[in-house]
Amino acid sequence: MITVRCFAAVREILGWDTRELAPTDAPRRASDVLSALAGPRAADLPKPLLVAINCEHASLASLVRDGDEVAFFPPVSGG
Amino acid sequence: MIIRLQSEDFDPEREAQMLDVKGAGARVSFVGTVRDSARDRTITALEIEHYPQMTRAELARIGAAAQSRHNLQEVLIIHRHGRLACHERIVLVTVWSAHRAEAFAGCQAIVDALKTRAPFWKKEISPEGALWVPGQTPQDLG
Repeated sequence: MITVRCFAAVREILGWDTRELAPTDAPRRASDVLSALAGPRAADLPKPLLVAINCEHASLASLVRDGDEVAFFPPVSGG
Repeated sequence: MIIRLQSEDFDPEREAQMLDVKGAGARVSFVGTVRDSARDRTITALEIEHYPQMTRAELARIGAAAQSRHNLQEVLIIHRHGRLACHERIVLVTVWSAHRAEAFAGCQAIVDALKTRAPFWKKEISPEGALWVPGQTPQDLG
């Protein structure tokens, strides 16, 4: 399974914080994972949208594998 | 390197003194606090959300990069999350090095990286309502 998490404004817009997604035979990019779960609400998400895979910064074009944790969130504001 | 994520407050001087860094000639600390106004609005509190597993990993990467680039002998990062009232402390970054230039540069590098790489999000609470603070994007991701 692929674990999908979202944070801050992304979580508020989509209305959930964690989902599981069954892997597919064909390789899937982070953008495909988002489309599968966000549907039309994807258009409302903040831009740029940041992506992390297994707790490391990645991009919407990064490949997602079975067992990965993918996270979507707005630009960060630490410190 | 010591990294702590916590909801409770900290005492910056006590935290720094608890680390006995032998041979360091310089110690530089940065303390970030909640402002009482932003973008022409009065701020009453800040809600800080984060991605716990990634925050820990990212802070470790940020600290290690600064440690090696600026020759730091020790790094301490404490970052709070949850609801903070204005003027409360948010973050402590303390670094130790042999000389002051490395300590100043290393501390600044960590604080700058926190702004663009560490997965925290702040929501400003004001009498007019709540607003997410516009965040920043890691420079290497465009």
